[in-house]
Amino acid sequence: MSQAAEAVSAPPSALAVEIIGMHKWYGEFHVLRDINLAVERRERIVICGPSGSGKSTMIRCINRLEEHQQGRIVVDGTELTGDLKKIDEVRREVGMVFQHFNLFPHLTIMENCTLAPIWVRKMPKKEAEDVAMHFLTKVKIPEQAHKYPGQLSGGQQQRVAIARALCMRPKIMLFDEPTSALDPEMVKEVLDTMVQLADDGMTMLVVTHEMGFARQVANRVIFMDAGQIVEMNEPNEFFLHPKHERTKLFLSQILH
Amino acid sequence: MSIAQESGPPKVALIYDPKIRSIAYQVILCAIILFLAWSAVRNAADNLARAKIASGFGFWNQTAGFDISQTLIEYSAQGGTYGRAFWVGLLNTLLVAAIGIVLATIVGFLVGIARLSRNWLIGRLASGYVELIRNVPLLLQLLFWYNAVLKALPDLRDSWSVFGNVYLNNRGFFAPYPIFGEGIGLVVGAFVVGVVGAIAFRIWARKRQERTGQQAPIGLVALGLIVGLPILAFFVAGMPATLEYPEKGRFNIRGGMEILPEFVALLIGLVLYTGAFIAEVVRAGIMAVSKGQTEAAGALGLRTGQTLKLVVIPQAMRVIIPPLTNQYLNLTKNSSLAVFVGYPDLVQIFTGTVLNQTGQAVEVVMITMAVYLTISLVTSMAMNWYNARIALVER
Amino acid sequence: MAVTTQDSKIMRHEGYVRGTQVDALPAPVALTGVIGWMRASLFAGPLNTILTILTILLLIWIVPPILDFLFIHAVWSGADREACLPTAEHPEVGACWAFVRDRFSYFIYGSYPIPERWRVDIFFAMLAIGIFWLLWLEAPRRDLGALYFFVVVPIVAYILLTGSPLIGLRNVDTSLWGGVLVTIVVSWVGIVFSLPIGILLALGRRSNMPAVKLFSVIFIEFVRGVPLITVLFMASVMLPLFVPDAYSPDKLLRALIGIAMFASAYMAEVVRAGLQAIPKGQYEGAMAVGLGYWQMMYLIILPQALKITIPNIVNTYIGLFKDTTLVVIVGIFDFLRTVEVSRIDPKWAAPTTSATGYVFAAIFYFIFCYAMSRYAKNVEARLGKADRR
Repeated sequence: MSQAAEAVSAPPSALAVEIIGMHKWYGEFHVLRDINLAVERRERIVICGPSGSGKSTMIRCINRLEEHQQGRIVVDGTELTGDLKKIDEVRREVGMVFQHFNLFPHLTIMENCTLAPIWVRKMPKKEAEDVAMHFLTKVKIPEQAHKYPGQLSGGQQQRVAIARALCMRPKIMLFDEPTSALDPEMVKEVLDTMVQLADDGMTMLVVTHEMGFARQVANRVIFMDAGQIVEMNEPNEFFLHPKHERTKLFLSQILH
Repeated sequence: MSIAQESGPPKVALIYDPKIRSIAYQVILCAIILFLAWSAVRNAADNLARAKIASGFGFWNQTAGFDISQTLIEYSAQGGTYGRAFWVGLLNTLLVAAIGIVLATIVGFLVGIARLSRNWLIGRLASGYVELIRNVPLLLQLLFWYNAVLKALPDLRDSWSVFGNVYLNNRGFFAPYPIFGEGIGLVVGAFVVGVVGAIAFRIWARKRQERTGQQAPIGLVALGLIVGLPILAFFVAGMPATLEYPEKGRFNIRGGMEILPEFVALLIGLVLYTGAFIAEVVRAGIMAVSKGQTEAAGALGLRTGQTLKLVVIPQAMRVIIPPLTNQYLNLTKNSSLAVFVGYPDLVQIFTGTVLNQTGQAVEVVMITMAVYLTISLVTSMAMNWYNARIALVER
Repeated sequence: MAVTTQDSKIMRHEGYVRGTQVDALPAPVALTGVIGWMRASLFAGPLNTILTILTILLLIWIVPPILDFLFIHAVWSGADREACLPTAEHPEVGACWAFVRDRFSYFIYGSYPIPERWRVDIFFAMLAIGIFWLLWLEAPRRDLGALYFFVVVPIVAYILLTGSPLIGLRNVDTSLWGGVLVTIVVSWVGIVFSLPIGILLALGRRSNMPAVKLFSVIFIEFVRGVPLITVLFMASVMLPLFVPDAYSPDKLLRALIGIAMFASAYMAEVVRAGLQAIPKGQYEGAMAVGLGYWQMMYLIILPQALKITIPNIVNTYIGLFKDTTLVVIVGIFDFLRTVEVSRIDPKWAAPTTSATGYVFAAIFYFIFCYAMSRYAKNVEARLGKADRR
């Protein structure tokens, strides 16, 4: 009953993300099955699982890059439906970092970071540039501000992507395999940036295979397989005492 | 065992030295080409002298003695020279090329975007159009439009007419021709003011956005200024324009504006043909922008219109503009097919009639080629400069 | 929706293990199958819905009259214009296919003497064999096929078509050739010559020798910068001037030279793009092994470059095939010209004759060009697969 649902879920503003009974199909293929998740503010969630398990699809549903067909998704108190205004509201408060960076190659780093604040939050240019420099300094590449993405290394580009997302001052950050496309020596610089972000209190959902990061920073680790959340626990329990067969199998393949 | 001794570069027979070889090849090549050129010129001089054909460019100032059905400048059979006929032809070519380029771009962009549409019906229709047009020769399409469509229009007597003073028949399209009176200068001035004002407004709005972050509807205001001001001035000046109406007589239509079926057939053919190729160029350009760009822009909160304007189109244009300019050049060169439908363009007048009358093949063909060559080279250079300027900066 | 204790555990984020697996459920009906597809594609949003409706109306307006013209009211047999004139019983007359059937052999052979037409048939057959041999990627001894196509067929065809009294073949002047025969001959000569000459020009443009590079660039840019018609004019009107009177080339030869020059310049650019795409390491590897310039090109570079640019080469050939329609300016009767000449023949003066002729010509060109472009896409896909790991 709906009243029971309301009694169980916490008052809206405390939860960053609520997913209730969510299903998604690609054509005939049932890609996400009965997803239920509640993320509190300042929580850091790491999502792992074999490829094709639907983990990227799930977080992409949170900022409506993918549409769900059944169930409810509530982000920061706003429910995601077909309503374009609601979608815009949600996207302003949710930042995303992609596996392949997706920086805008025809704009400088500075312009990449100030584009959305100027055109979406209607900030004056000077203010937007100050904000951009602040976050570029935070990710430790302020001197690259006037270069173009093509002139930077992969690790630098990903850090710029993080700064660009932060310039919108989102309440929630989504990371879709942020280090999978990087050369090994650059993975650390990006992970360090993400750790610092976590220390600053950002709500984060991270899809990744980097288990060291999970152990260091996550409040919860979620294991997904075949479109379902199979196991979820806090990191120590998750890694030391996995309970489900499939979790055990996956961890044995990853951690060697 | 011997220690390597000091020696100069190994002695090589001259014939195996790459530098000598290279020079030898080039000298031989130049010699062959020069020989061919020299014998060609000598033969030409012989043959021309034998046929008693003049040489040189004196014909430029000779009286032409033939009529031209469409002239943008003053020209008459008795008063016009071959030189003047050249300019008439060139202007006709540029006219059909300019209008053709504008219309083909519109058609091409619409069809190219339609091919990428989610709508299956629209997508297939656009694809069908492109496949059909691209696989049938342009000449066939021109002949079809001219002979099977326009010439099949009714006779003068049975002209289709709209509103009583616009006539369509197999001799052309006749419409009222506006004659401008005294106050038209005011309208022109208002247009100039409108354009300047639109530019000034854009600059001011951009500066204001930088300062305060507020956005202004630049497009709408610009449109209002550029279109609205002249209209306003038109009424203020007391509507200084009268229309000269075409009068339909027994055997012809006098007055008004006449658009030749040759022009229309050539224009339709060129626009539909080039439009199909431009559609492919546009489609390739938009597809070249990776989906991740749209996703990243969306994830930042940009709306669809903003994403297109700030992220997708700037990147797509880089890929679109070089082949697009190529298609514009193709359209201009293809306009030479006017000779097959009787439209008096440069090739039809100059390499057609003038060459026939003067017999001076070499000069006439060379001049014609020089014109097209100039257009092509200038456009290529402009394009290369543009490409170098906007190239994405990489390591 | 009822919330179970399982859910509340998730909400409270205590340790959670899914007990039962969720089986795949069928997708909601409104989202799949034909209805789902229509909603997503044809009727997604107000703009799309309007466009779909307008398109359907447009198709209803256009398609039935076309089918009517082509099939339902078409006249399939008859001896002359009487068959295709509207009469009291048949007020509506569609395409006059009787006209096409009557003139069919003229469309194919032009004015080639009827008793000698078997020679043209042999030529077509030889050409078809050659094309099939070369294009079928799994055919045996394709190098022999190349020799056959580029050397044997031209020589045999020349003797066969123009005739040689020595072996009892009557001479047939090229001015009698016409129709599909001419279109095929002109395109094929263009194809055969433009590739080798284009390769030479492309190599010349990339050469280190300044004179060679200069001449190549001048030729390529000059020919590409002017319309084909002017090149044909040049070949047709100026060529006879440049050779001594005794050797004046016949009209077909002039057209062939013009077309070959034009196609070579465009082919040169296509090949150059392919050469540029070959990594420098290939050139260096070949040189390191001690190959000379021509060996390097023939054995290593050109095979790779040509493979990459096959789609563009075929596109150039498609353009060449369509460009053959312009040889009429030189006075040659290609296929389009035979249709054009036939449609104004008083014997077949009827309202739909012209349209029928053009439709027939369009179908002919469409089939050939579309087949070529399909082949190019096919090859591109296959080569793409080979590169993917």
